[in-house]
Formats: sequence, structure tokens, C-alpha cells
Amino acid sequence: MYRILAAVLLMAIVTYIPRAVPMTFFRKRLTSRFIRSFLYYVPYAALAAMTFPAILYSTGDLASALIGMGVALVLAFYEKGLLIVALGAIAAVFLSQIFL
Amino acid sequence: MLLRDPDFKYGLKKGIPIALGYVPVAFTFGILAVSGGIPPSVAVLISMTNLTSAGQFAGTKLIIAGAPLFEIALTTFVINIRYLLMSFALSQKLVPNTSMLKRALISFGITDETFALAALEKDDISFSYMVGLICLPYWGWALGTALGAVVFSVLPGLVQNAMGIALYAMFIALIVPGGKKSRAVLAVVAIAVTISSLFTWAPGLKQVSAGWTTIIATLAACLAGAILFPREEV
Repeated sequence: MYRILAAVLLMAIVTYIPRAVPMTFFRKRLTSRFIRSFLYYVPYAALAAMTFPAILYSTGDLASALIGMGVALVLAFYEKGLLIVALGAIAAVFLSQIFL
Repeated sequence: MLLRDPDFKYGLKKGIPIALGYVPVAFTFGILAVSGGIPPSVAVLISMTNLTSAGQFAGTKLIIAGAPLFEIALTTFVINIRYLLMSFALSQKLVPNTSMLKRALISFGITDETFALAALEKDDISFSYMVGLICLPYWGWALGTALGAVVFSVLPGLVQNAMGIALYAMFIALIVPGGKKSRAVLAVVAIAVTISSLFTWAPGLKQVSAGWTTIIATLAACLAGAILFPREEV
């Protein structure tokens, strides 16, 4: 039990540090057009890299993952919002695992 | 007062869909932890102190496997290095006179999703906005974990499998609207996806861990974006 709590504490620390250090200590506004463009693209690039191809392995089988991804893409294209897209993808995966 | 601050209320509202999306993902985490022999209370403690998906999933799997503390800390850290970039990006978006204490407080709540919503705001963001934005997702994450930890044995495996896609679906919901409006964003997304695919499937490259893959793909895609499509008004 002691080992588990020590591990949890360590995990919390190494999760907090990368989150906190840049934002807390870097207070200057950068004016470089290059850096500001770079940072503008960070959310899109990071989320995209985390999503694909990991999404293909997120449900236990490729077919249902592809269907779920397809449904998420269509719902997102029509800008349905985070929750509808997530629930739609879950429902699509669930149904395809029952029927396929 | 924070509670009357319109920024806080606006942030709170923006956090609702994230919070609801977190419940099924945290639920899955609760199941994973408890089925691996971790007490429900500790599973909730992990969620309330870590507040991250990939990192705490990996760390918890290593705890269950009996890995040494150093390995647990290192793996979790590598997965979380991407937060350096996100935290840096938000440092440029935060109202400049925000105090260091306030910065240290809200940085605890930077997740992939809260980061994305905050970074995609048109204007600068304030301390109150961030507190509002973080508030509900934090409790959604904790509550989802508790639910998963308590009812883990009752839920059929199929529903558990289906919930695995929730986080990625939220990511897609955050990316696609931006990609529709801008060819540059679409190109950056394509580059990032190509690189992470290479690091997943290409021989030799697939030894690289998921944490590093995200960082390398993000850096390369943003570098390409900044060189090929510098923004007019940023």
C-alpha cells in the first residue's frame, strides 16, 4: 500500500511539473511571427497526433474503431460539439460490436 | 468575487461538455484500476491528483504490474512532456499581469481538452476563465473514476470497449471545425497524423514510445506550419 501511494505521489509530481513550469515562469509575450504561428498550430497538431492511429486500437477491434471514427468525423464536420461527437462515436462502436 | 465574474461563468459553461465527456473515460480508468487490485479510494485519489488520461492510465498499469517506482515516474513523465508545449502556448495567451501564484494554480488543470478549448479562444484568457473551465472537468474526472471503481463488475465488456473511443472522438470534435476553416490547419493535422502513423507502424520507428511520438509529431507539424503557413494576424 505504501508503495502504491508513493507511486501515485510521484506520478502527480511528474504530471504537474511540465504543466506548471512554462506557464508559471515564462511571463513575457513573444512577438515573433514564427513562434506565434508555431504555437497557434500546437493544439491541432498535438490532438491529431494523439488521435491517429491510436483511435484504431481504442475499442478492441479495427472494424468498430473505423466505424466509430467515421461517425465522429461526420458529426464533428457538422460541428455537433464535444459531447454529441463522443456519445455518437460510443454508440456507433457499441452497435457495430453487437451486429458485426 | 470569482463566482460573479463573467469570465468564470463563461469558462464554467465551456467546461460542461468536457466534464461530461470525461465521465466515460474516467469510468474506464476506474474499472482498469480496481480490476487490477487498486482500492477504489486510491483510484479516485489518482484521478484527483493526476488529472490526466494517458499518463495515469500508463502509470496505473505499471503500478499493477509491480514496476519499480523509477520506471513508473519516468514513463509517466515522458507521456506528459507534451504539456510543456501546451503550458508554453497558454503562457502566451494568458492575460499578461496574471500573478505567478495564479499561474501555478491553474496550470494544474491543463489537460489536452482544457488546453485545446483555452488555446482556441479568440481573445486572451484570464485566471477566472481558467478556473471556470477546469472546475467541472475536474469533478467529472473524479466522479467518473468513482463510478467506474464501484460498478466495474456489473458493466458488460461491450460497453467498456465502446467507451474507449470517447477521448479520441472529443479530440476529433476539437480538430475538425478548425480544419474546415483553414487549409493550413488541415495540412498541419495531416503532417502530424502521418508522422504519428510512421512511429506506430514503420519498422525501427515503432520502438519509440507514445509519449515521444506525440512530441516529435507535434513539433515537426507545427514547425512545418509556421514555415509554410505563417499566420497573418496572431
